[in-house]
Amino acid sequence: MSAAAPIAALGRSVLGALALIGRIALFAADTVSHALRPPFYWREFGQALVQIGWLSLPVVGLTALFTGGALALQIYAGGSRFNAESVVPSIVAIGMVRELGPVLGGLMVAARVASSIAAEIGTMKVTEQIDALVTLSTHPMKYLTLPRVLAATLAVPVLVGMGDAIGIMGGYLVGVTRLEFNPGTYLNNTVDFLERWDVVSGLIKGAVFGFIVAVMGCYHGMHSGRGAQGVGRATKSAVVAASILILAANYILTELFFSA
Amino acid sequence: MITLRDVHKAFGDNHVLRGVTLDVPTGESMVIIGGSGTGKSVAIKCILGLVQPDSGTIEVDGRDVRSGDRDAFLARFGMLFQGGALFDSLPVWQNVAFRLLRGSLKRPWPEAREIAIEKLRRVGLTPDAADKYPAELSGGMQKRVGLARAICAEPEIIFFDEPTTGLDPIMSGVINELIREIVVEMGATAMAITHDMSSVRAIADKVAMLHDGIIQWTGPVSQLDDSGDPYLDQFIHGRAEGPIEAVR
Repeated sequence: MSAAAPIAALGRSVLGALALIGRIALFAADTVSHALRPPFYWREFGQALVQIGWLSLPVVGLTALFTGGALALQIYAGGSRFNAESVVPSIVAIGMVRELGPVLGGLMVAARVASSIAAEIGTMKVTEQIDALVTLSTHPMKYLTLPRVLAATLAVPVLVGMGDAIGIMGGYLVGVTRLEFNPGTYLNNTVDFLERWDVVSGLIKGAVFGFIVAVMGCYHGMHSGRGAQGVGRATKSAVVAASILILAANYILTELFFSA
Repeated sequence: MITLRDVHKAFGDNHVLRGVTLDVPTGESMVIIGGSGTGKSVAIKCILGLVQPDSGTIEVDGRDVRSGDRDAFLARFGMLFQGGALFDSLPVWQNVAFRLLRGSLKRPWPEAREIAIEKLRRVGLTPDAADKYPAELSGGMQKRVGLARAICAEPEIIFFDEPTTGLDPIMSGVINELIREIVVEMGATAMAITHDMSSVRAIADKVAMLHDGIIQWTGPVSQLDDSGDPYLDQFIHGRAEGPIEAVR
């Protein structure tokens, strides 16, 4: 083996990764371009809204509830080291709406939705259902991808908003029942220190994360390999890629929104 | 008339089609036979544009399949897929009437449902199958639903990809008979691919044998048994010895 072999292997991996990013970017652009051209399948869009939005609410809500409660306990314990226990309500609120609500909500949706989209579309591919769509004069990008991507982009911010509220409620419940905060004071501190941009920035993050989740699910499903193993690999890739991209996008958006 | 001229297609190093030339006259039923992996499905998918050939020309009624309005082109076709390819998330009647519920052939839902039920009856299924989901049906019933979907918009050309694979001999006979009846009744051009010789004899007007990426033999079904072609003879009699390698 020559000394240059590891460098060549590294180069191939980098080129492969760049090519994959390019393919996914083209896939996303193609999806968006279909939104500008009729027909639009409203029924499929409605079903995707229910599947992605409504049916993800319990998972996102429970995640937010427990995270809000744990956050209150942690901030109280940490704050007590320098007599700052009173910041619990405001830090819980800001932490939930700016960061934990969108990121944890996005990750939970990635686990639930990206996997389900990739598995469904991957199975459709290996059982020739996508070929059948084409022969029935129906563009798979319009019928399968666009409704899901649009639904996720619209539904995840709503889920994030609801998750924020539930998370703050989790913090409130722990603050009032375990940490002996006055209920009125807790709510006042929550509202007083929360700014509109805190909430809006979290919702924008939610929309971006929703887009990422659905694009990853659809891309990996559409490019699924043959058989059960191919679908399994597509499902795993969709969840992993969506999760990593959510965390990367979160950092970039946080830099854009809050580094001044 | 469907015309393929010197069509080549390779997947990496695997040269599946190496110059397929074939004519399927309008109103005729052509069956392509050949061993597994010889490119029968690829040939049909090339005609439909699901797979792009590397070279060669494919024309339908003198017009290149890659030119013109794709929706109008596809509206002329119906296809029965090997595994049925029914949409799991839709009830049977919506599978059958899929083309009538959207696109240029869109009809009101009640009318589309009525047509779907009529087509289900035509393939021997009762209306109570209409509201079931594909997963609730047996393999034979799924094939029938696939057949009903293929003929629902009354296409001029129908493709059948391994129509009897996975069915018992009696159900295979029923499906073969149905296909023949429907093709004759509609006056459609039909193209089927199979390695089931009972299907060949039931469905075909003409037979083409695909081997090693080219059409090895073509002729009327009546000449199948005395063609004199060693490849065809080996295939139709299912012999391990002959010019076709048994282990590929």
